[in-house]
Amino acid sequence: MTMLSVAGVHTFYGNIEALRGVDIEVGEGEIVTLIGANGAGKSTLLMTICGNPAAARGQIAFAGENITAMPTFEIVRRGIAQSPEGRRIFPRMSVLENLQMGATTAPPEHFGADLEQAFTLFPILKARKDQRAGTLSGGEQQMLAIARALMSRPRLLLLDEPSLGLAPLVVRQIFDTLKRINAEQGMTIFLVEQNAYHALKLAHRGYVMVNGRITLSGSGADLLAMPEVRAAYLEGGH
Amino acid sequence: MEYFVQQLINGLALGSIYGLIAIGYTMVYGIIGMINFAHGDVFMIGAFVALITFLVLGMIGITWLPFALLLVLVVAMVVASVYGWAIERLAYRPLRGSFRLAPLISAIGMSILLQNYVQITQGARVKPLPPLIQGGFVIMENDGFTVSLSYMQIIIVALTVILMIAFSALISRTALGRAQRACEQDRTMAALLGINVDRTISLTFVMGAALAAVAGLMFLVYYGVIDFFIGFLAGVKAFTAAVLGGIGSLPGAMLGGLLIGLIETFWSAYFTIEYKDVAAFSILIMVLIFRPTGLLGRPEVEKV
Ligand SMILES: Nc1ncnc2c1ncn2[C@@H]1O[C@H](COP(=O)(O)OP(=O)(O)OP(=O)(O)O)[C@@H](O)[C@H]1O
Ligand SMILES: [Mg+2]
Repeated sequence: MTMLSVAGVHTFYGNIEALRGVDIEVGEGEIVTLIGANGAGKSTLLMTICGNPAAARGQIAFAGENITAMPTFEIVRRGIAQSPEGRRIFPRMSVLENLQMGATTAPPEHFGADLEQAFTLFPILKARKDQRAGTLSGGEQQMLAIARALMSRPRLLLLDEPSLGLAPLVVRQIFDTLKRINAEQGMTIFLVEQNAYHALKLAHRGYVMVNGRITLSGSGADLLAMPEVRAAYLEGGH
Repeated sequence: MEYFVQQLINGLALGSIYGLIAIGYTMVYGIIGMINFAHGDVFMIGAFVALITFLVLGMIGITWLPFALLLVLVVAMVVASVYGWAIERLAYRPLRGSFRLAPLISAIGMSILLQNYVQITQGARVKPLPPLIQGGFVIMENDGFTVSLSYMQIIIVALTVILMIAFSALISRTALGRAQRACEQDRTMAALLGINVDRTISLTFVMGAALAAVAGLMFLVYYGVIDFFIGFLAGVKAFTAAVLGGIGSLPGAMLGGLLIGLIETFWSAYFTIEYKDVAAFSILIMVLIFRPTGLLGRPEVEKV
């Protein structure tokens, strides 16, 4: 089944056309990654899927339902969670309260178990649970943002550069975690990454975005092998 | 000494009323970053609804005071809540995202509208309510000067304390309170987590209005007279209280309210009653110059 389908989507910030007709499909249970240079429109696509900013043209469907014109809170209540660019944790709330906010749309009876799972994935959050989130280190905030997104038990998880600012070891750990969540719980993941090598390794499929348009797509392995991808996104890399 | 204690008691009662109104200013400011200039008029509406409800209850023969007070309280809170809700819908929401002054101007318009509406429908003259709760304790007596603590003052302060505790718990412990704080800090993110931001903002106006109605009822019973203009003066003073305490801070609003009540009372007692309003406004100006974040306002320390 197609979990997410984006068809011919255009998004504007005032006069700036950030998305110029984007087509993307993410199947149920897949990990799909989107790579692209700074300013390509990757974060804009994730936010447009969540209705803020709303698509000016085109159609977005989630699990077969047209969500293009819905308000953000209605969209995410259908089972989408996002760990957005810039993390956007609530700085004047405790770590625990941030996780409670993440569970807004989840059935309350699952809260205890989900919290345990979040603390197992990121033990540092347990140690910091009563601390104000604004005082966490950058990496800890990133973990909190991911954990918060997981708290809603999403069917589709959108991650905007989850590896940003994290030590290589932690990045590995997070990517392992994502792989495991995907395998064990069947959670569908759509991931934006600068860290193209790791992302393409992890993902079943990938898309490359340039200037608000999708220019390439294929399996993770295929994209990794393409010279133009290597040249543009893996320079000096592995 | 006796005189001083008496003024202290009077000031605390008045300050409680200001504090309850100030909470509405501070909460709305917290969540949308703007002052609700029609909030003082919601307090005035609450007082009028309370008065009318008292008269109606008297006519239909419900005169057992505790029951009548409870009924009046509920009616005033419900009606004021509807006004608070309507103010947000009419004066703020349509202008959200337009330039910053626009909603302030429309709220001032709303304030003028409410005052004139009450003036026309209820008349411009002062409306009296016969004293309902009389008597009290004499707590000190010396040289013929007595210090008294009236039952009404006890009720005002006790009810304020209860409401403050309940309210603080609501904000700090419930899902609704969390949603409100989330909207304060990052509305976009709150929506991404499934919070209905519009509804949360509406509820914030409604909660502030309900508390203002309680203050309106207290004012009515305590002073026994109201008119369509009480909302303006009390509103400006409660606003001063909110700024003094640190706008956006709940304990700050209460502290500011108490301080303004005390300052005003002592000023009238020891200097001159004509200039009592000047005292409050001088404080406002000094706070804005020397400590714009207010007494309990938060210094921004987070790395974001
Ligand atoms: N709020 C905004 N207002 C105006 N323009 C914006 C806004 N947000 C993004 N843009 C513009 O839209 C384009 C796409 O930005 P976007 O943030 O989606 O890029 P990105 O691919 O996520 O880049 P990065 O890798 O640097 O995060 C950029 O040209 C950016 O300047
Ligand atoms: Mg981005």
